[in-house]
Amino acid sequence: MIRVVLPWHLRNLARVSDEVQLDLAGPVTQGAVLDALEARYPVLRGTIRDHGTVKRRPFIRFFACERDLSHQPPDTPLPDAVASGAEPLLVIGAIAGG
Amino acid sequence: MSRVRVLVGTKKGAFILSSDAKRARWDVSGPHFGGWEIYHVKGSPADPNRLYASQSSGWFGQVVQRSNDGGKTWDAVGNKFAYDGVPGTHQWYDGTPHPWEFKRVWHFEPSLTDPDTVYAGVEDAALFRSTDGGQNWEELPGLRGHGTGPQWAPGAGGMCLHTILLDPSHPKRMYVAISSAGAFRSDDAGKSWKAITKGLKSQYIPDPEAEVGHCVHRIAFNRARPDVLFMQKHWDVMRSDNAGDLWREISGNLPSDFGFVIDVHAHELETVYVVPIKSDSEHYPPDGKLRVYRSRKGGDEWEALTDGLPQSDCYVNVLRDSMAVDSLDPCGVYFGTTGGQVYASANAGDRWAPIVRDLPAVLSVEVQTLA
Repeated sequence: MIRVVLPWHLRNLARVSDEVQLDLAGPVTQGAVLDALEARYPVLRGTIRDHGTVKRRPFIRFFACERDLSHQPPDTPLPDAVASGAEPLLVIGAIAGG
Repeated sequence: MSRVRVLVGTKKGAFILSSDAKRARWDVSGPHFGGWEIYHVKGSPADPNRLYASQSSGWFGQVVQRSNDGGKTWDAVGNKFAYDGVPGTHQWYDGTPHPWEFKRVWHFEPSLTDPDTVYAGVEDAALFRSTDGGQNWEELPGLRGHGTGPQWAPGAGGMCLHTILLDPSHPKRMYVAISSAGAFRSDDAGKSWKAITKGLKSQYIPDPEAEVGHCVHRIAFNRARPDVLFMQKHWDVMRSDNAGDLWREISGNLPSDFGFVIDVHAHELETVYVVPIKSDSEHYPPDGKLRVYRSRKGGDEWEALTDGLPQSDCYVNVLRDSMAVDSLDPCGVYFGTTGGQVYASANAGDRWAPIVRDLPAVLSVEVQTLA
């Protein structure tokens, strides 16, 4: 079971009040988690990753286990603590005021 | 008894303002989608309870919201706007080629007859259409494929397709306007397009009378006479009596012919409204006075409408999609400001009063007249 924490606006959009829990059959990679997240909540498609390129949107960051994973290739395995559900994957909207 | 519903898009959410036909007491609903930029909200003429809203964020991109109950509840629908084929390039601000990139929806224009068909004007400029209530979007590539596409360049607000007019008397005729490419007309339901810029003069482009490059801020018509178009250009207020084939200036005695909004009275075909803005460098009203100007002669001769509007120390702007009229009698006129006020006049502009004073900056105002 994978835990994902979404920013406030995306929780509202997905109509979830807390962290999201996902089950993955295969390797726990950033891309696989986001695929599963978007399959469960289609409304999130295009809001974290670009529709066409499937690249991370510029103002989105991925943190876990006190590390910035934003720039890792999407097929990189996530930390064991994320794969085991001990730690969540944090989807963060870059802090930019306004 | 008739009612009116004012649909307001702001920098931080949507608001719905409702009143009976007296337009004196208002119910305010919102913010809907709080914290998001709502570029535009518009209702279907075929089903007034069907609304479309453009919800946008620099962080999370584009979301399209749809309501089937007049804005009480909303559901997100499709947000994939993929350009047809290889997008190619347009001009960047410095004239260099720049790839076409989707940024946001500026304007929705629902079909006059089918609630599930809606057009979307987007940045970077292109026209999309959905025929399934917003679930799926398909570009009408003939517009961007107009041979001049590589010459289009963004205005200060981006290269946005902000105006879509559907001609009720010619079902296949439609108009669009793009900052700062100009204005275009299709007579075959959007398959092919013709630039309608003859008569426009713009000193900020190398050839002031070029076919494209004019920063058209808004076009409006009265649905009863859709061949007569009124335009607020970056500078100059213009009129065409032949569906855009030729324009002539009607700025007349306006204190400034720069501005963004323009609209036409619902029943008086020659009554037109603009809000002059001092200049393209300042973006606030001349002399700190917020004045709507009305012409009852189709332009050239304008009168200032000031009753109820601030006449000192006012430095708000009125953005291009932020004026609308209802179809009651007398005609109601509405506009929103970057200071968060939405002003209404229930008597064609003679007197104004704010419906709300302290919203986030207003990006768009639309009005529905409900039976």
